[in-house]
Amino acid sequence: MTTTSYLTVKALTKYIKRKFDADPHLRNVYVKGELSNVKIHSSGHIYFTLKDEQTKITAVMFAAQAKNLKFRPESGMNVLLQGDVNVYEGSGQYQLYAQLLQPDGIGELFIAFEQLKEKLKNEGLFQASRKKDIPKYPQKIGVITASTGAAVRDIVTTLSRRYPLAEVIIFPALVQGSAAAPSIVKALNQMNSYPNVDVCILGRGGGSIEDLWAFNEEIVARAIAHSEIPIISAVGHETDTTIADFVSDLRAPTPTAAAELAVPNQIELMERITNRKSQIISTVSAILSQERKRLTRVISAYPIAYPERLYRPFVEKITRITEQLEKSGNILLQQKQQNLSQLSMRLALQNPEKTVRQSKKNMHAFEERLHVAAKKNIQTKGRSFSNIIQLLEALNPLKIMDRGYSLTYQNDQVIKSIEEVDPMELLHIKLQDGDVIASIKSINKQSKGES
Amino acid sequence: MAKTNVSFDQAIEQLEEIVRLLEQGDVPLEDAISLYQKGMGLSTICHDKLQHAEKQLISIMDDNGEKVPFQSTDKEDTTK
Repeated sequence: MTTTSYLTVKALTKYIKRKFDADPHLRNVYVKGELSNVKIHSSGHIYFTLKDEQTKITAVMFAAQAKNLKFRPESGMNVLLQGDVNVYEGSGQYQLYAQLLQPDGIGELFIAFEQLKEKLKNEGLFQASRKKDIPKYPQKIGVITASTGAAVRDIVTTLSRRYPLAEVIIFPALVQGSAAAPSIVKALNQMNSYPNVDVCILGRGGGSIEDLWAFNEEIVARAIAHSEIPIISAVGHETDTTIADFVSDLRAPTPTAAAELAVPNQIELMERITNRKSQIISTVSAILSQERKRLTRVISAYPIAYPERLYRPFVEKITRITEQLEKSGNILLQQKQQNLSQLSMRLALQNPEKTVRQSKKNMHAFEERLHVAAKKNIQTKGRSFSNIIQLLEALNPLKIMDRGYSLTYQNDQVIKSIEEVDPMELLHIKLQDGDVIASIKSINKQSKGES
Repeated sequence: MAKTNVSFDQAIEQLEEIVRLLEQGDVPLEDAISLYQKGMGLSTICHDKLQHAEKQLISIMDDNGEKVPFQSTDKEDTTK
């Protein structure tokens, strides 16, 4: 046996809500219909019913979204609504939660606009990184707009007033009607192939959303995106926003504003140049006076102010050295001279002439002495000789023998004493005139004092 | 005086650069003086270019793609 399990109402409602949540189509729906039963709550929330001939759906727009509405919703008004469908658990009712609400006069255009905007945004065409810089000082400005009318006049007037230096080239285009978009694309291409255009203003004056529609066309948006020249868009009035504004490099609220964004103001420039000029003058003057001060400081520095003091010590030194040199030179000279004279004197003293003279004198003296001595010697010798001769004559034994003396020999020996006589031997007696050989008969010894 | 065939763009950029260099402060005197002379020349060029800018050259491309002088009209006509 099975028991049927009953859901609570809350659980069922939660289940249904999850179904709504899960459905991707219900998360973002675009719905058009007629407003009825509109109630604007004091909190700012708007409660209403959206209906057509066959059916109706309750809807709510919360204050956060409602405050952006440019119109006041009223019953009977045909509107375009963007939002999501979900279940309000409190009443168990599904309802539309509106994000955006637009009057349905341009219903299809509005959807087209939103769809194209979404598409191009997803392609990245609106990204800030794609935006080209607007040159500060353009030399050639392209203007794409109708050749007549307030827009071109405002642009040209503003450019002339602010910056007459730049050349302006108008590339006329239709800016309204079905031919406008191709015409704008053609002008953009023409402008891009024209040499040296620095920046381009693309725009037109104000009008209804239908009037401005060309600037919401995809071909125009893509032509702007492909332009190599930076584009400033200026379509309609400040409140009008077109696809062209999103894709251009800079959006200006009006044509006049576009011209102001395109060029600098010559009066401001003039001021800036004047400012720069005075900046340069004051900076350089400051540098000059600073350098002048530095120069003065350096000039008044001690060594430069009194240059002679720099070299005075050297002069003093050189003088002293010169003096020393002279002095020591003189001393040296004197010394040398003194030396020389001493040596000369010593040399003179050593002169051999004197020695020679002395030696000569000595020699004479010696000669003299020699003479005297020799003479004396000879005299002495002479005298001695005659003495000796006399003595000799006196001593001659023969003479003595004359007087009767004889010499007795035995064995060739002179006999001086009877002691020496051998009685057996013969005696040889030498007389003055010959010899006697005698034999001994007797020997008588003589007594003393007897002769 | 510096050459006058520079564009306003170049002249004012150079002028700004000179001011920047001078205000950095550590510029030697000689350089400062030559920068000064150059800056004065450039400011005169810029000034003259602005002051004596002749009437702005405004032209329009005609249907044949030729450039012709543009005459502004006050008539409001946004269709052409």
